[in-house]
Amino acid sequence: MAIRVQLEPFDPGAEVNALHAANLGIGAVVSFIGYVRDFNAGREVGGMFLEHFPGMTEKSLAKIALEAEQRWPLLNLQIIHRVGRLEPGEPIVFVGTTSAHREAAFEACAFVMDYLKTRAPFWKKEDTAEGSCWVEGRQSDQSAAERWHKP
Amino acid sequence: MIHVQYFARYREALGLDGEQLNDTQALATLDDLRQHLLARGGVWQVLAEQNLMCARNQELCSLDEPLEEGDEVAFFPTVTGG
Repeated sequence: MAIRVQLEPFDPGAEVNALHAANLGIGAVVSFIGYVRDFNAGREVGGMFLEHFPGMTEKSLAKIALEAEQRWPLLNLQIIHRVGRLEPGEPIVFVGTTSAHREAAFEACAFVMDYLKTRAPFWKKEDTAEGSCWVEGRQSDQSAAERWHKP
Repeated sequence: MIHVQYFARYREALGLDGEQLNDTQALATLDDLRQHLLARGGVWQVLAEQNLMCARNQELCSLDEPLEEGDEVAFFPTVTGG
């Protein structure tokens, strides 16, 4: 597993290729890439700032990744998350999962994103024509995470 | 002694990113600590929000989590990464 929290941009295509090149036993790579949009909640967005909780951020991502590795037969799992200033069109987050067959990689990737969105200490502040404003959490994200809760 | 940190919208509302609280022996849980801070009035009412999240020693927890001397506590709004 690899976790990176970084100010610098990254190349999602290069990350996908590197995940596969590391192990020819991999039959499936699933990746999720989240991008900064130029529009949100009916307003144009000129960019954003991503605040986080250094220390806890890395720990919470590692905990989520560990749970994914315990629940699915993964060959590898990588999480990259940007922090600081981001422009529209830039990738914010990358989650890549690899496995022998597709099901584990698909499910683990969705699980990691759903838990990351509700449990990792990141906060987005968007720049709009009316000034910068904090993005509020969404109930739909909570519901998405709850589907993975064990009975 | 407890170290408390505030993030994002709370940090801005309070004008404070963290503080050290002494004489905290009477605070048994994170909610006791939150009530102690709410009693300051004014901008501190932001910590009364329903969707407030908290962490103890960098682990997410609920407000009924026990508090111990030397703990590092954080209060923050709903997370919005990804």
